Amino acid sequence: MLGLIVARLKTTLPSIIGVIVVTFLLTRVLPGDTAAYFAGPAATPQAIAEIRSKLGLDQPLPVQFVAYVGALVKGDLGTSLTTGQAVTKDLAARLPASAELTLFGLLISMAIALPLGVLAAVRQGSWIDHLCRIVATAGVSLPVFFTGLLLVYVFYFILGWAPAPLGRLDAFATEPPRISGFLLIDSVIARDPETFRAALSQILLPALTLAIFSLAPITRMTRASMLAVLGADFVRTARASGLSSRTVIGTYAFRNAMLPVVTTLGMVFSFLLGANVLVEKVFAWPGVGSYAVEALIASDYAPIQGFVLTMAILYVILNLAIDILYGVIDPRVRLEG
Amino acid sequence: MNDMSKVEPPPLRFEAPPSTSLLAHARHIVSENPVTGLAFGLFALILFAAIFGPSIVPYDPLASNTNSALQGPSAAHWFGTDQLGRDIFSRVVAATRLDFTIAVASVALVFLLGGLAGVAAGFFGGWVDTIVGRVADTIMAFPLFVLAMGIVAALGNSVTNIVIATAIINFPLYARVARAEANVRREAGFVQAARLSGNSEWRLLLTQIVPNIMPIMAVQMSLTMGYAILNAAGLSFIGLGVRPPTPEWGIMVAEGASFIVSGEWWIAFFPGLALMTAVFCFNLLGDGVRDLVDPQRRN
Amino acid sequence: MTAKPLLDIKNLTVEFATRRGTVQAVKSIDIGVGKGETVAIVGESGSGKSVTSYAVVRILDRAGRVAEGSIGFSGIDLVGASEAQMRDLRGREISMIFQNPRAALNPIRKVGKQIEDVLLQHVQATRATARAKAIEALEKVRIARPEERYDAYPFELSGGMCQRIVIALALACQPQLLIADEPTTGLDVTTQKAVMDLIVELTRERGMSTILITHDLGLAAAYSDKVVVMEKGRVVETAAAAEIFCNPQHPYTRRLMQATPRVGMALRDLLPEAAAKPPAVPRILAAAGNAAAPLLRVENLVKEYPRPATGSLLAKLIGKAEPENPAFRAVDGISFEVRRGETLGLVGESGCGKSTTSMMVNRLLDPTSGRIVFDGQDIGAIPAKQFALTPLRRRIQMVFQDPTDSLNPRFTAERAILDPILRMGSLKGRDALRARCEELATLVGLPIELIDRFPHQLSGGQKARVGIARAIALEPDLVILDEPTAALDVSVQAVVLNLLEELKQRLRMSYIFVSHDLNVVRLLCDRVIVMRTGEIVEQGTAEEVLGAPQAEYTRELLTAIPHPPL
Repeated sequence: MLGLIVARLKTTLPSIIGVIVVTFLLTRVLPGDTAAYFAGPAATPQAIAEIRSKLGLDQPLPVQFVAYVGALVKGDLGTSLTTGQAVTKDLAARLPASAELTLFGLLISMAIALPLGVLAAVRQGSWIDHLCRIVATAGVSLPVFFTGLLLVYVFYFILGWAPAPLGRLDAFATEPPRISGFLLIDSVIARDPETFRAALSQILLPALTLAIFSLAPITRMTRASMLAVLGADFVRTARASGLSSRTVIGTYAFRNAMLPVVTTLGMVFSFLLGANVLVEKVFAWPGVGSYAVEALIASDYAPIQGFVLTMAILYVILNLAIDILYGVIDPRVRLEG
Repeated sequence: MNDMSKVEPPPLRFEAPPSTSLLAHARHIVSENPVTGLAFGLFALILFAAIFGPSIVPYDPLASNTNSALQGPSAAHWFGTDQLGRDIFSRVVAATRLDFTIAVASVALVFLLGGLAGVAAGFFGGWVDTIVGRVADTIMAFPLFVLAMGIVAALGNSVTNIVIATAIINFPLYARVARAEANVRREAGFVQAARLSGNSEWRLLLTQIVPNIMPIMAVQMSLTMGYAILNAAGLSFIGLGVRPPTPEWGIMVAEGASFIVSGEWWIAFFPGLALMTAVFCFNLLGDGVRDLVDPQRRN
Repeated sequence: MTAKPLLDIKNLTVEFATRRGTVQAVKSIDIGVGKGETVAIVGESGSGKSVTSYAVVRILDRAGRVAEGSIGFSGIDLVGASEAQMRDLRGREISMIFQNPRAALNPIRKVGKQIEDVLLQHVQATRATARAKAIEALEKVRIARPEERYDAYPFELSGGMCQRIVIALALACQPQLLIADEPTTGLDVTTQKAVMDLIVELTRERGMSTILITHDLGLAAAYSDKVVVMEKGRVVETAAAAEIFCNPQHPYTRRLMQATPRVGMALRDLLPEAAAKPPAVPRILAAAGNAAAPLLRVENLVKEYPRPATGSLLAKLIGKAEPENPAFRAVDGISFEVRRGETLGLVGESGCGKSTTSMMVNRLLDPTSGRIVFDGQDIGAIPAKQFALTPLRRRIQMVFQDPTDSLNPRFTAERAILDPILRMGSLKGRDALRARCEELATLVGLPIELIDRFPHQLSGGQKARVGIARAIALEPDLVILDEPTAALDVSVQAVVLNLLEELKQRLRMSYIFVSHDLNVVRLLCDRVIVMRTGEIVEQGTAEEVLGAPQAEYTRELLTAIPHPPL
C-alpha cells in the first residue's frame, strides 16, 4: 500500500511541474503587457514600469521562472488590488467555503447517483432505468448556472422555503469558532444547532445545484459499468453457484463496477471545480470561485492566476487521492505498486 | 481538349455506398428511434436560427425601449422584455448564431489538432506519443473550466479567445480517443494485411486507420459540441469573452440573474432554456450520429 | 442404466426475444443424464448446446425463456421451481464450470474467499470453519501450497490454475451434477488434459453425473459415456460414445465426424462424401531429391523484449539500481529451412514463440539478431517498416488467424482482395482488375456475387476465403498461415484446409503453417518444427515427429490430444 502511494506520488510530480509551467506561461509569455495587467486598468505608465521591475519582468524568462518558483515556494502569489491582501491569505480564507460546498454537493450527488445507477442496471428496462437515462441525458445538458437560478426562483421566490441566495450564513446568525472552516462541522463541534440549521439552509440550494450537475456522469457511469459487470463471466459463475442476489450484486458486481466509477470521479471533480465558480456567482457564495470572478471583473490579475494555480494543485491532489482509492479497491493495481 | 484522352477512369467504387442508401439509412434510424428524429429536427431549427435568425426576428435585438422594460411574456413580446426593454425573443434567436459559431469553430479546431495529434501518437508511438501524452496530461491536470478561465483572462477578453480556450480544454479528450483508437488498430489484422499488400506506413494511416476512426470521432464531435456551448456560455456568464450588449445566451442569463430574486424570471429563463435545448439536442445527436456512421448497422 | 435419470430434459424449447422477433435457440429437445453418467453435448457454434445448460441452471439472460417442456432433476421440476429453490440447488446440487476460467472468477476477490462464499451460502461451513474448508477444497483440486493460494487473486494465477479454482468452487458443496461448458477451450492441450483428467477423477470418485459441453468431438469421445449431437437447436443424434464414432446415424453427425481431423486420415477425407472432391494430388515431397537451395533459411533467429524495469526510479536516482534484468527471449536462437513447394508446420503451445517467429519471417517484426535468408537475400536486414516498399514484399504473404479482424470493415471483399495488386501489381484498369478479382474469387471458391459485400455481410468461412484470395493475389512464393482455421467450425475448417492444399499445388507455393492443433498439422505439413519457450524442441518430417517423436515434450503434446475412437 505504501509502495502504491509512493509510486502515485511520483506520477503526480510531472503534473505539478506541468501546472506550474503552464500558469507561469499564461502570465508571462502571452501577448499583452503583463505589468499592465498586474497594475490594473487605472495605473499610470510610471506605476506600470515600477511593477515591471518589481515583478522582474525585465529579466530573461528563465530568470523570471526561477523567481516565480521561488515566490511560489514561499507561498507568495502576489497581492490582490481589490482587497489589498496577499492572494495566498485571501485564498486560504475562502477555500473552506468552496470546499464545503463542493464536497457537500458531491455527497448528495453520490447518495442519489449510486443507488439509481445500480438499480437501473439491475432492473434494466424498468421505469427506474428510464428515469436513470433521462437524468443522465438531461443532467449533462443543464447549464449549472441556469439550474441554480431556477432553484432560487422556485424555492426562494415562489415557495419561500429557502433563504435568499446570499452567502453561507444569513446576517442574524453568528459564525461558530473556526476549526475546520466547514460551517456545518464547526457548528456541530460548537454544539450550536441554530447556526447549523442556518448554515444548512444556506448551503442546500447551491449544493443541490452542484449535485444535479454531477449526477449525470456518475449515474451514467454506474449504470454502464454495473451492466457490464452483471454480464461478466464471474457474475455468471457466482449466480451458477447459487450465491444470493445480495452477495452477487453487493460483493461481486458492485465492487467491480465501482472501479470505472472511481476513475470517473476525477472527471467529475474537474467539472465540479469549474461549476463551483458559476454556482458561487449565482449564490453569492464567499468562496474562491466568486473571488476569482470579482477579480476578473476588476481586471485584477494576481488573484486569477493564484486561483487557477490553487485549483490545479488541488485537483492534482484529488486525483492522487482517487488513484489511491482505486488501489484500495483493486488488488491488481495495489500489488503492482 | 486533347486532355480528353488522358481522362482518368472513373474512380473505383469499392466502398462508397450510393448516397441514397445513406439517406435511406438515416430515415431508417430516425424511424427506429424517434428521439434521434427529434434531435435532428432541433438541430435543423438551430441551424435555421443561426443562419437566418438575425434577419427574421421581430425586433432589433439591441434596441432598448425603456417604456416597455421588464414586461413579462405577452403576444407582443413572446419571451418578455429585459430591464432595458429589449425583446428577449429577438435576442435569444439572434444569439444562436454566435453561440453556434463558437461551438462549431472550437470543435473544428480541436478535431483537427487533437485528432491529428492523437492519431499520430497512437500510430507512430515513440516520441510523438510521449509529447502528445505529456501535453494532454498537463492540460488534464487542470480543472478544465478553470483552465479556460485562466486562458481567456491571459489571452484577453474576446470571442476568438473563447474559441481557442474551449478548443484547448477539449484537446486531451480528442487526442486520447484518437490515440486509443489508432493504437488498437495499429496491430489489427487488417492493418497487418495491408502492410503485406505493400502499403507504406503513411498510406496505412490514411486508408486503413483514419477512415475507421472517423465514426468514433464524429460521435465525439457531436457530443463535445454540447459541452463547447456550455463552456462558452459559462465563460460569458462570469463576464469573459462576449461583452454586453451583444446577445449571447450565457451573458443574457447573467443579466437576468439579478432579477430572479424579485420574480422577473423570464429574462434569465428563456436564454437559459435555449442554451439547454441546444446542448440537449447535441447530446442526443451524438447517439444518432453513431448509429448513422456505424457500418455494422447498415444493411 | 437406472430407470429414472438424474436429469431429465423433456421436449425443451428455449426462446430468445430479439429485435427481429422471437428466435428459438433450442427446439423441443430430450436429454437424459443418469446417475454417475457423463454425457457430452456436442455441436458447432449456434447449435444451442450452451443455452440448454443455462436453461437447466436457469441462468438464461433476460431475453431468454423456457417456452415449452420440462426439466426434471431428481424429482424437482426445475422449470417451475421458485428462484429461492433454484438458488439453493445451484452450487449445492448442480454446479457449472465455464470456458475462460480467468474471467469466470471475480478479479478483485481472493480466490479462497470466493470458495468460502459458496460454502457459507449453502451452509456447508461456518465462519469459523470456512477458511479450513476452502483450503481443503483447493487441496482436492491438486493445488500445491493451498494455504498460499487461498490469498491469491485470479490475475496472479495461470489459466489452468484458475480452472482448477473454478472446479474447486463447483465441487465445494459436493453437488450431484456438474455441467462443464467448454471447460478447456482456450487452454493449451497439455493443460486441457490435466484439467479434464482432474474433472473425471473427481466426479468419478464422488459418483457425480457430468454434462460436458464441447465443440470438440475428440474430447467428447475421450471423456464421456454418451454423446448428444446438436445442430441448430435440435438434438440430431444420441448414442453411446463408442457407438457414435463407429456408426454415426444422422448425416450431420457423419459430416461432423468426417470433418474432424484424426490420425490416419488424408486431408480429402475431411470433406463430406457428397461433395465433389478435388482430384487427389499426390503430395510431392519436397524433401526428396530437391537439391535446389531452400526458399527460406532462418539462422539463429532471436527476438528479445525488454522486461519492465523493477527497480524504482528513486532507487536508481540514489544509485541503488538493481542489476539489469535479462530481457525476455520470445524466440531464442532458432534455425530452420523451408524448401520450395513444401509445407512446414510450426507447432507449440501458447507463448512458445511460434507466432513471433512467423511475424519475423513475414517481415512485420524486426528480429533482435539472426538471419532470415529468402531466396538468397538476407531479408532480416531490411527493417520491417521499409520491407513493404521492396519488390520482395509481394513474394511473402500471410493468411491471418481471425478472418474478421483481418478485413478492413470499410472495404468490400473486392477492395480487400485487390489491395495487394493495387499497391504492388502491374495490373491497371477497372475491367482488368475486376476480372482478376473474379478469377481469384473463383479460385478460392468465393461466389462472385459476394465480392461487392462488406465483411460484416459475409460468413466466417467466406471471410476466410477473402483473406486467402488476398494472400495469393500476387502469387507469392511463401505464404504464412497463422492458425488460419482456429476461428472456424470444423466443417468449415475441413473445406478451408483442402482449399489451401489445392492452391499450394496449383500455384507452386510454400507454406509455413503455424498451429497448435497437431491433428491438422499432420494432415497438411511435410515437415514439422515443435517449439517450446522460444526454442526448437524437435524437427523432422511430419511422419517422424508425429509418428515416432524423439523429444519428451513432443510425446507429451501428442498424448494430450484427445482421440476419438476409430
